Amino acid sequence: MKAEGVRLITEEGLRHDGRRPEDLRPIKMQVGVLSNADGSAIVEYGKTKVIAAVYGPREPPQKFMLLPDRAVLRVRYHMAPFSTSDRKNPAPSRREIELSKVIREALEPVLLLEYFPRTAIDVFIEVLQADGGTRTTGVTAASLALADAGIPMKALVAGVAVGKVNGVLVLDIDEVEDSMGEADMPVAGAPDLGLITLLQLNGVLSEDEFKRALDMAWRAIERIVEMEKEVLRGKYGLAPAQEQGGVEG
Amino acid sequence: MSDQKRRLVLPGEILGSNVDAKEPYVYRDEQGSVRAAVAGLLDKRDEREVFIPLEGVYIPKPGDIVIGLISGVGVTNWFVDINSPYTAVLNVQDLLGRPFNPQLDELSRYLNVGDYIKAKVVAFDRTRNPLLSVQGQGLGRIVEGKVIEISPTRIPRVIGRKGSMLEVLTKETGCEVYAAVNGRIHVKCPNREMEAIVILAIKTIEREAFTTGLTARIRKLIEEEKIVRGVNVEG
Repeated sequence: MKAEGVRLITEEGLRHDGRRPEDLRPIKMQVGVLSNADGSAIVEYGKTKVIAAVYGPREPPQKFMLLPDRAVLRVRYHMAPFSTSDRKNPAPSRREIELSKVIREALEPVLLLEYFPRTAIDVFIEVLQADGGTRTTGVTAASLALADAGIPMKALVAGVAVGKVNGVLVLDIDEVEDSMGEADMPVAGAPDLGLITLLQLNGVLSEDEFKRALDMAWRAIERIVEMEKEVLRGKYGLAPAQEQGGVEG
Repeated sequence: MSDQKRRLVLPGEILGSNVDAKEPYVYRDEQGSVRAAVAGLLDKRDEREVFIPLEGVYIPKPGDIVIGLISGVGVTNWFVDINSPYTAVLNVQDLLGRPFNPQLDELSRYLNVGDYIKAKVVAFDRTRNPLLSVQGQGLGRIVEGKVIEISPTRIPRVIGRKGSMLEVLTKETGCEVYAAVNGRIHVKCPNREMEAIVILAIKTIEREAFTTGLTARIRKLIEEEKIVRGVNVEG
């Protein structure tokens, strides 16, 4: 895990892809990309590309899992076999099962599940292309897809990872920085509520570094949620008659 | 979107205290302020503001008249898809109004899978599936016309303020239009062309529900379509 001979930070303080430590990768988002799902979204963080589909609230095929007082949220995080350079076995791995749980817990606090008892809400997150930060990209995509599906939610969530490479804290790390770096800390949260819903840390950070990293992540999450809102506004904003005006209710 | 009368709000936005809105489209946060839970429009009406949700599913309410699709036949009841997360139940005694012996009689003689019914929700408390009744004026099996499905959140738009949109749809085409709260619309038309026009108009309303000046545009659309198709309302 040591960066032997690899310089991830240049003398000018730039990263291997030319970004400054506090820069995000270029982010692209689109909602309503699937017609069969109730809600869907595709999100790209640089070369990481994730699609999310939401179904429900609906009656699930297995009634035993229903809860009497709220909806069950089922999340499946899955990496497509073609998402990595070596073929990934499509069977759900230990890591994917864990990430499904982690992402479910990142979404649950913002969803108003108690409005739909005895139903199920399904979220499918499919990683199409993996280049680091797939779980945080997945959270962002799932948040947009849930809003697109009209699932009542307290606020939008977004995720981003902060890492440490060559002793420097860097935002939104990619695959190279993740595998060569000293730490990786994915964070997700809802800025409208001031709520952190996902926080993991792989590697070692000092207390001061942790605080600075969390601060970097939080400011990035605020920006990403703002982008989510922009995309959702675009979904409704481009109505043809909007500029024609007219009085009527 | 620079409409002062109407404003788009997204999940999480605080709506203010002077807003008419219902769960599940809004919620009250820990500080007690009302926030949007789904995307919607905030419409200024006189002194108050009304929150119009743009997304959402149909949640049954006792008293609602719904259009259901028979999805299963049980021993003494039918299972009815009412375009909701909850499957509704209709009991035989309710439809027949007399005792029923499952050994002598068969349910599918009266209603079979694929039939549409107009029914009233008589009970629903989210702990059991909604119970339907067809006892009442105009309720029962739908025998003619067509049923189309749109998002339940668009139904208020199809009806319009004080029924203005519905009036345009029926007057201009001569069709009978019944918009049920669960997002299904029953249309009964004098001829095929009118049926096609009404369906086109309703689909347009669904797509452009959040725009202003819609009633006037729908009226124009119907008039143009009538000329294109060479039909007129008789009588």
